Amino acid sequence: MKKVYGSAAEALDGVTQDGMLIAAGGFGLCGIPELLIDALVASGVKDLTVASNNAGVDGFGLGKLLETKQIKKMMSSYVGENAEFMRQYLSGELELEFNPQGTLAERMRAGGCGIPGFYTKTGVGTVIAEGKEHKEFGGETYILEEGIFADLSIVKAWKADDTGNLVFRKTARNFNPPAAMCGRICIAEVEEIVPRGALDPDKIHLPGIYVHRIVQGDHEKRIEQRTVRKREDA
Amino acid sequence: MPWDRNQMAARAADELEDGMYVNLGIGIPTLVANYVGDKDITLQSENGMLGMGPFPLEGDEDPDLINAGKQTITELARTSYFDSAQSFGMIRGGKIAAAILGAMEVAENGDLANWMIPGKLVKGMGGAMDLVAGVGRVVVVMDHTNKHGDSKVLKACTLPLTGAGVVDRIITNLGVLDVVEGGLKIVELAEGVSEDEMRAATEATLV
Repeated sequence: MKKVYGSAAEALDGVTQDGMLIAAGGFGLCGIPELLIDALVASGVKDLTVASNNAGVDGFGLGKLLETKQIKKMMSSYVGENAEFMRQYLSGELELEFNPQGTLAERMRAGGCGIPGFYTKTGVGTVIAEGKEHKEFGGETYILEEGIFADLSIVKAWKADDTGNLVFRKTARNFNPPAAMCGRICIAEVEEIVPRGALDPDKIHLPGIYVHRIVQGDHEKRIEQRTVRKREDA
Repeated sequence: MPWDRNQMAARAADELEDGMYVNLGIGIPTLVANYVGDKDITLQSENGMLGMGPFPLEGDEDPDLINAGKQTITELARTSYFDSAQSFGMIRGGKIAAAILGAMEVAENGDLANWMIPGKLVKGMGGAMDLVAGVGRVVVVMDHTNKHGDSKVLKACTLPLTGAGVVDRIITNLGVLDVVEGGLKIVELAEGVSEDEMRAATEATLV
């Protein structure tokens, strides 16, 4: 069982094809698989559908895959902060499927758990519910949402061991575990690969069974909104 | 005098009770955290955190530690982290006692619109639809009228909904309204605001 690869490009070798569905972790620019996104740009794979809460910003994260027009469709909850995204969307070049954030997360989790559909109250009475099955449980109305079964998952973690056990850091965990779970193949990029046994088994956030390939590298980890208190005010 | 932003936030903070787990939206709702006083309130950030702390001191920003508005924040001794599926599991599961949110329009039946203006740039609903459908109590904090002076408290929303029949209480610069059978009930008027002024600024049925 060899899971550790030398680079993001090597980790992607043999698992990409045009038209595939990719689930990506991250929230805003926090905890995004920036190395694998760069490698996808370099690979030239196209007509991608990408399930990701956000679409990056101009010039960083998924914004790079949008600039090269490799993405055909996005499944997201919030796509502000990206001018190129809006240009492509308004001109009809890019499809967009809005998902409420929790519905998107649960669709990924469900897919990873072998659950093809679930009922939720989220979106009942809104445009999100149009065309979806409605069903009453205990006098309340719910809509049917479908699990996401991705061809490939790309996620970012803090640390991994060589068996793919992952540990995330603070709010950089976000969509990464559910995104990882729903892919037929999952590639995780991490800041550090540690020796087997160095991670406390009680503190593994995502067991290595979900992770097929691992790559270590340096991350820019860009901050989207730098908000601070002045030291003299503290 | 109608309430200003801070007075609205302070009034909204009165809605919170000791021990509550609460989600605050962006804008005036964020200011509510400044007015909770001695109450033991745990703030949820739906990107995967309970126990959200204040902004970091200059130089202490951590790119791995942000709130749902993508702002750098800090953790507290009580903080816990989790993934997005679990975060919305606790929202959908009714574990979050209340959400305090901004709005573009609220209707007398509790309908809420705060995510989309047709024909304008659409950024997405983020977690707003999940929050209003899932949390125990939805409190809207907003100006009573828009910049043209038109009421935002309506008989029926004109904009696409975030949730149908989800709002429990509306706090505006003019006072406090509750969604009740048959319309809205005036709970409180801002100091110096008359009932006539409130009625004149409200399109919705006041009962």
